[in-house]
Amino acid sequence: MGEDTDTAPTLNHHGFLPDHNYVTEADIISTVEFNHTGELLATGDKGGRVVIFQREPESKNDPFSQGEYNVYSTFQSHEPEFDYLKSLEIEEKINKIRWLPQQNAAHFLLSTNDKTIKLWKVSERDKRPEGYNLKDEEGRIKDVSTVTSLQVPVLKPMDLMVEVSPRRVFANAHTYHINSISVNSDYETYMSADDLRINLWHLDITDRSFNIVDIKPANMEDLTEVITASEFHPHHCNLFVYSSSKGTLRLCDMREAALCDKHSKLFEEPEDPSARSFFSEIISSVSDVKFSHSGRYLLTRDYLTAKVWDLNMESKPLETYQVHDYLRSKLCSLYENDCIFDKFECAWNGSDSVIMTGAYNNFFRMFDRNTKRDVTLEASRESSKPRAVLKPRRVCAAGGKRRKDDISVDSLDFTKKILHTAWHPTENIIAIAATNNLYIFQDKLNSEMH
Amino acid sequence: MFLKGIKRKFSEPGEEPVSSGEQAPATSPAASRTLSSSYSLQRQSLLDMSLIKLQLCHMLVEPNLCRSVLIANTVRQIQEEMTQDGTWQMMTQALAAAQCPADRLVATEVLCRQTDAATQAGQSPKPVSVVGLEEGYHSEEVVMESDVETEAIMSTLSPASPQMSSASYLAGPFGMGPCWDEEEEDGDCEEDEEEDSEDCVSEGEEADEDHLSADSRTGEKVFGTFEIKHPVPPPDPGLEELFSDVDPSYYDLDTVLTGTPKMGPYDLLESLSSHGPTALSSSSSCRSDLNELDHIMEIIVGS
Repeated sequence: MGEDTDTAPTLNHHGFLPDHNYVTEADIISTVEFNHTGELLATGDKGGRVVIFQREPESKNDPFSQGEYNVYSTFQSHEPEFDYLKSLEIEEKINKIRWLPQQNAAHFLLSTNDKTIKLWKVSERDKRPEGYNLKDEEGRIKDVSTVTSLQVPVLKPMDLMVEVSPRRVFANAHTYHINSISVNSDYETYMSADDLRINLWHLDITDRSFNIVDIKPANMEDLTEVITASEFHPHHCNLFVYSSSKGTLRLCDMREAALCDKHSKLFEEPEDPSARSFFSEIISSVSDVKFSHSGRYLLTRDYLTAKVWDLNMESKPLETYQVHDYLRSKLCSLYENDCIFDKFECAWNGSDSVIMTGAYNNFFRMFDRNTKRDVTLEASRESSKPRAVLKPRRVCAAGGKRRKDDISVDSLDFTKKILHTAWHPTENIIAIAATNNLYIFQDKLNSEMH
Repeated sequence: MFLKGIKRKFSEPGEEPVSSGEQAPATSPAASRTLSSSYSLQRQSLLDMSLIKLQLCHMLVEPNLCRSVLIANTVRQIQEEMTQDGTWQMMTQALAAAQCPADRLVATEVLCRQTDAATQAGQSPKPVSVVGLEEGYHSEEVVMESDVETEAIMSTLSPASPQMSSASYLAGPFGMGPCWDEEEEDGDCEEDEEEDSEDCVSEGEEADEDHLSADSRTGEKVFGTFEIKHPVPPPDPGLEELFSDVDPSYYDLDTVLTGTPKMGPYDLLESLSSHGPTALSSSSSCRSDLNELDHIMEIIVGS
């Protein structure tokens, strides 16, 4: 896993696996997140590791080297566990990473797998004390009789070392699989959501959490809906939203009640009866929800579309964008091979004018909300060399009129899915996770948001 | 497909396709008449697929609750629609008509994973690779000793394909339950717990049409559970309790610890469990399996 580099694609040349890129499952990237300044980019993978990239400072001498991301630190965040009561493994896969806003020289991030959330401190060390009286340079205790004079230890520069240490472990609060974590704007609390419950934590307290949403029915056989994603409002520390598998969004106010089972607002688009099929509910399930930076809008992703909602209008979305409507006629096959359950994430750009989400065949899509233009791009070694301009792609119906470089729906590779994408908080830099590869694209021409 | 099989066996006019819809259906009102056969084939195939998916949720890692809930909702939706247009009623009546003691015996044999051919050959079906079934019936990865027909079933993706024979319907009821219930009928299932679910499905696939009537009977019990909120407790509650901790993951600790029997439309295995033990006694071929099962249970319980 690492930044896309100028290496010749060798994966296709394995003698015994000519048709497949052999991917180690543990290397599959499962989450991508920029920190609040965009200086750091963290990725988590199925093997429980976190890799942090840091953006190089801009250099006037070499304009091309400005703003490139290099590996800053790698650490093992979660290990596989075994639940002895249920005789089931707990995966070490990192489901989500969220950065805390920076308050001192160190950086903090939360990482979570299905059951346990951890707070990590990432700090730099570039000086070390030298000149101890009782220890020699290797740290061995000196014989006191050899000490003839005293000296004051001084700090000398050393090679930069990045240290990562676990500061908190928030465990045993979730019976079901954690799907989201979100840091509150008060910078003191955060929430974690699993399929049926949402818990509120204080960052300093690990042995206690407060349950704020519980949709578990008294009788599990009555269960028809689960929580799929949740997020705090970026500015109002009392508001949060959670999405469900039935395509609804619920905005909750923590001031109203301790247990926020009753929503303040319910966002739901009425179903189109003419489009109803057995798959209607499944494709309406919301896989990701994100507040806009302004806090005024919500972006949701379901299987075929991305929708922008106005917080003041619950009856229907403000805008609906078709991500890959050509799959609508293939839902039965996608149900059969389980692709219909893929959970795609979505992202806003810094100025909330463009939204982005992934698709199949290593394609990802961007929609400009103002101009209503959209583009399909591909993240792959073959189609992009470093510093080359990405070429827009097009998917056409099977047998339809094809331009050069178009790809037919039937040729799409459904094993290459872009589920995780992230957008730099202020600049036009995006991070795309394609299976075990991380791609970082920058828009040099339009660095400024507009 | 199941409907075609029914037609052959019972020749109910109601099962005729739309083209010959002038015939008044024997039992149900006009709704079933207008139902196109390809739609009902697709719907049936979707139902089978969904039931298998629910059953295949039993893996080493805790299954995805969201996915299970969505699939279960789909199954419920299909069942509701089938109830509304009378297909459900027709099917249950057809299944009821198929009841007879001999069928129970056959059903038991099927449950014990002993097809006629396999019994004669003295073989037991090879466990199907987990990967193969996980990936939605890609026939390349499925290793089965069964005949080509079965492989055709496994590889067919199109719901309306005429290759889908009646055996694929069997995948529904027998693919449904968690593997532990199969163990009650046949201790051989214990060989490899992870692959049990696959064995159950492969068993369903392997049964040929002679077993259709028997399977229909069991299928009736299976579909019956959709409407039963609180089914009759199984005849062997001890057995239930022992295996109750192999429940789907969305049963929380309370259910597991109190050992309450599994209930509800989610666990379509209910019907099988409530009839498995009684079926056992009616077949001598399964008695030895029962002894094996006892032996294996002793190991598990550690007594």
